Amino acid sequence: MERVPLERKVLNENGRIAEELRARFAEHGVLCLNLISSPGSGKTTLLERTLESFAPGECVAVLTGDIQTDNDAQRLSRFGFPVKQITTGGTCHLDARMIEKALADWRLEDIDLLIIENVGNLVCPSSYDLGEAAKIVVLSVTEGEEKPLKYPSIFFKSELMILNKTDLLPYVPFQIALAEENARRVHAGIEIVRTSCLNREGLTDWLAWLSRKRAAARKPAASAAF
Amino acid sequence: MHEMGIANSILEAVRTEAQRFPHGHICKVGVRIGELAGVDPDSMSFCFGALVCDSDLAPLAIEIEYCARRHRCRACQTIFPAPMEGARCPACGGTDSEFAAGDELELSYLEVEDGTSAAGA
Repeated sequence: MERVPLERKVLNENGRIAEELRARFAEHGVLCLNLISSPGSGKTTLLERTLESFAPGECVAVLTGDIQTDNDAQRLSRFGFPVKQITTGGTCHLDARMIEKALADWRLEDIDLLIIENVGNLVCPSSYDLGEAAKIVVLSVTEGEEKPLKYPSIFFKSELMILNKTDLLPYVPFQIALAEENARRVHAGIEIVRTSCLNREGLTDWLAWLSRKRAAARKPAASAAF
Repeated sequence: MHEMGIANSILEAVRTEAQRFPHGHICKVGVRIGELAGVDPDSMSFCFGALVCDSDLAPLAIEIEYCARRHRCRACQTIFPAPMEGARCPACGGTDSEFAAGDELELSYLEVEDGTSAAGA
């Protein structure tokens, strides 16, 4: 019997495709964001508010993942931007190959911002790199302050936490400061914005974050030829 | 849950690595799962067993090493288990540390039974 040491990532095939996607996004100056949350925390409504804030002609596109139905794509396509549904047929997360396939007939030259709405699930999507520049976790105030401690992986890997449905705070015993403290116990550097898609509180903070990230991702102007 | 998919990826990885040992049988695979990997070790183990029993790789055992989150102390460089940010370094008592490990999802070893020597034994 011989023990052979290995250093090999379990998801190295997914990782390889994700790195290829990341390189293509960088080449074309595309900011790709991976939006993750449990079901019903308001990802699609947040995207509706986001898309309606953009001027027609902005180079924005959305991929939206669900186990069944193209409901979300229907909701999001009325804003006039390219939207494609990825129906996973039972799989609880998106993987890099699904993204590669969904992008096959889109020209990345025409996209500056690509938002991926992952399948509603706080666990599984955190394991799969989709080639995004950043993961964003959405937590709604009806879910409980302890979620970052119970599901540390996604809060650890997310650059931004959106605390959504703040309009419900008067009606639920949710301690928003504790939720934020818990997120920072898992990930000290996590950025946080509070939003309500109903009364629009905090949406400008989210859009400002987005705008900063888009400016940073913009393809640098070609340097003068010598 | 996605443990079935992860278990399948482990089998695929073992299958690829097995090509390096054309005369051997791989009898065990070691897998490291960090607490921040978002993978449940028990569920993973169950799924792996279910997939492997009818596969070309059977019999194949799995050993899962579950790895706690660890930080590196910025003052004295000690690496220590840190369940949360701001955990205190056991060596110098400092609270300024950076993430060092705990999100592993990787194959760590294979145990290979050499077909030639087994046949000669």
